[in-house]
Amino acid sequence: MPILGTLASQFSGKPFSSFESIATVTVGAGGVANVEFTSIPATYTHLQIRGIARTDRASTGDWLEIQFNTDTASNYSDHYLAGNGASAYAGANTSATYMEVNRFPAASSTASIFGVFVTDILDYANTNKYKTIRNLGGNDQNGSGEVHLGSGNWRSTSAITSIKIMPGAGTNLVQYSQFALYGIKGA
Amino acid sequence: MASTYEKIATTTVSGSATATVTFSSISSAYTDLVCIFVGNQNAAATAKLRYNNDTGSNYSQTDIVGSGSAVSNQRRSNTDSFRLYDILLSSNPINTFIFNINNYSNTTTYKTILMRSSDSGGEVGMAVNLWRSTSAINRLDFLTGATNWSAGSTFTLYGILKA
Repeated sequence: MPILGTLASQFSGKPFSSFESIATVTVGAGGVANVEFTSIPATYTHLQIRGIARTDRASTGDWLEIQFNTDTASNYSDHYLAGNGASAYAGANTSATYMEVNRFPAASSTASIFGVFVTDILDYANTNKYKTIRNLGGNDQNGSGEVHLGSGNWRSTSAITSIKIMPGAGTNLVQYSQFALYGIKGA
Repeated sequence: MASTYEKIATTTVSGSATATVTFSSISSAYTDLVCIFVGNQNAAATAKLRYNNDTGSNYSQTDIVGSGSAVSNQRRSNTDSFRLYDILLSSNPINTFIFNINNYSNTTTYKTILMRSSDSGGEVGMAVNLWRSTSAINRLDFLTGATNWSAGSTFTLYGILKA
């Protein structure tokens, strides 16, 4: 069968100047209770968090929670559409103290399996709008798992200057979990 | 701050017969990869994606697809590739796939890949794929399920750097 090949290393791509790395956290040995990005500049239009994660919950699954600006009041809500291979389903959390981000493997999952996610935080520095996030994520555990599309809302007009990410039911994010924050500039 | 989103390579299928599109020798210098496909194949069949040319039963996936009138979801275990099921149909002229391959070059964890898809025939889908290997991904093979990828189909690979 014919094959069309491209040697990727022979290309030197031109970078997109509007997508910048702000900070990256890789969890070390022993895990951490949360990961927090602070002092986020207001110079971008949107933010994106990309990562892989697993928690220490004594289960095959956990979720992640996101809070902004250290706000722990009931100012959050989220909605999601998900499929686990057996059924498709949807759900919501209202007047919550965090926004839920899809399911991740946990302590009872096969070793080395991590969940992944890409979360967009739109118009994060605007001081006239409540803030909305969009998340695509999931995990597959070769016989179980979930793919997940979600949105979240933080009922605050404050510019987002800090982001805290923590396990839902577990105590720690485990070693090798990684969270990378990017800023996307407008025209 | 440095720009971090770079195009690594683009392949456009020409008029000649092309059954497989390969990105090889992918640098490990990035944190994540993003690959975007826009195009089709010359008959309705299940296309596949493989990492590092691994043909073992080391793949599994969970999918959800909406057709406008129904939602379906599937799980496949111990397969020999990431199956691009139910979406890529030659009767639909344009299909798009966006693959997010996070943390692709670490040598500690298995690799989990996210995919969003749509086609002009009216389906939208998303999938999560597990490749049970701790190897860094250095090669992607897109294998048509038909005879060939359609001329004009494009595959573009991007790399995203971290701070």
